Amino acid sequence: MAKYTHSVAIDPEKCTGCTTCLRRCPVEAIRIRDEKAVINANQCIDCGECIRVCKHNAKHASYDKLSDLDFSKYLIALPAPSLFGQFNHLDEADFVIQGLLDMGFSDVYEVAKAAEYVTDLTRIYMAGENVARPVISSACPVVVRLIKLRFPTLCDQLVPILPPYELAGKLARERALEEHPELKPEDIKTVFISPCPAKVSWAKSVMEGQTVHVDYVTSMNDVYMTLLDKMKGSVPGPDSAPEAGSVGLRWATTSGEAASLMNEGYLTADGIDNVIKVLDDLESGMLGDIGFVELNACSPGCVGGVLAPSNGYVARLRLQSLQKTVVVKPNNLEDIESLERFKGEIPSDYTEAEAFTYMPDGAPNMFKMMLAMKKAEALAEKLPNKDCGACGSPTCRAFALDVVNGEAKIEDCKVRSELQG
Amino acid sequence: MSEALHYHFDVDGASFANAGRASVETKKLLRQLGVSPEIIRSISVAMYEGEINMVIHAHGGDADVYITEDTIIIILKDVGPGIRNVEEAMKEGFSTAPENIRALGFGAGMGLPNMKRYSDEMHIDTKVGVGTTIELWYHLNK
Repeated sequence: MAKYTHSVAIDPEKCTGCTTCLRRCPVEAIRIRDEKAVINANQCIDCGECIRVCKHNAKHASYDKLSDLDFSKYLIALPAPSLFGQFNHLDEADFVIQGLLDMGFSDVYEVAKAAEYVTDLTRIYMAGENVARPVISSACPVVVRLIKLRFPTLCDQLVPILPPYELAGKLARERALEEHPELKPEDIKTVFISPCPAKVSWAKSVMEGQTVHVDYVTSMNDVYMTLLDKMKGSVPGPDSAPEAGSVGLRWATTSGEAASLMNEGYLTADGIDNVIKVLDDLESGMLGDIGFVELNACSPGCVGGVLAPSNGYVARLRLQSLQKTVVVKPNNLEDIESLERFKGEIPSDYTEAEAFTYMPDGAPNMFKMMLAMKKAEALAEKLPNKDCGACGSPTCRAFALDVVNGEAKIEDCKVRSELQG
Repeated sequence: MSEALHYHFDVDGASFANAGRASVETKKLLRQLGVSPEIIRSISVAMYEGEINMVIHAHGGDADVYITEDTIIIILKDVGPGIRNVEEAMKEGFSTAPENIRALGFGAGMGLPNMKRYSDEMHIDTKVGVGTTIELWYHLNK
């Protein structure tokens, strides 16, 4: 298995070894070893819950800093739809786009615009023959990684189309080359302004085998203050008119993507624990006839990402007002060419290079694993089963298996040793 | 079956919300063991149907999972009303679930047929007024 580059990291200086993240990690990927949290890279899904819950600011996402960008290149900003929900009293999206241009970006390509193409393409995909239902959105990279690691039978139900941020990078680069034939491809760099660390990991990981169209991933938090400063003095010019409509903007919040498909019944859920519950129910085949499933690791959608500065629910409210100021879906009206381009066909370079496949964490030898789990079961019965986490494992059962695998010592169980005096 | 890896789950008969927990837990364990996705899928579908049946008809019961190197056996045991006519119950669409249960989207008469479809062998031992035990067998080295 190729290395997966995670964007969630721990600052050992700040980590106190408390058990908050340990108990909140939805995939039990964290252990406390030598009084510090350690993340198992094979199991981490980059959901960012540990960043969200850490009381000591010891978890952080790594991303490209604004100060690391070389503004002498042709830099194209790719603002996530959620960025437009971060500002109070924003009457028009134009101010954000102008602000980005004033920051020094040569062009702005809204991810919301690419999202509208993904909507078109998903409709075409769903109209195809023998497409397994329900079709599951692949826009949230946390959900995609979760399914690949834990829900093998759902892999082929993921939409095989590039996620909006990646498609935006591709289309932005193509536009730059078309409008500026003098530019060399290596001089064009795309910069995604991200609300979440999972998208950082996605772009930084070569494991998936895709051509990556996003060159830099910055944090919305990091860009925010600089952008806000510029916006105060910005006067929207002719290049700052938004190209995306309300359909694209709605992708920032849960149900936006699903509702825009306007065809079959759909189910949407957000929050990582709810997502896992829905996936379990889907795998048991208990949810009945559903055409489409949209799942977002964050609530209420990408606006709730850990790199977004505003409260996600406030951002959603702002986006709702902003949606009234734009047309529904400009590419239907103006961008006829692109619609023609998609007539009934999905261009191969708009799809994932490789099919989504199951990647079990390691390839366990079943016989060995059975012996280990048998030993662990026997041990677990002797443990206090309080799941307190003081030993550094999230549950007594997980601790038992860690002991059997030689990753923890039985003496690490504080409660048990107290009981024994 | 002393050599087998054994897990036990109580199926709570008081709540639909908890129905399915045993099958989800079992799925996690099988994935940890490295059992193939196809078999895991079959087990989670069949076991879930079994759990729902126990909640609808029998106020819950016990779910036991036995795993050996070549076989997985799921035993679902309840002390419910028993199945009056197994042959009839095996027909798709046959249901004795009350109206309020059907209103929830359950009791479509696919429970036992699905359990049979998603297992290599199914054995039903039932006695009216005493209870029902269903064994689901999966052969790993087919």
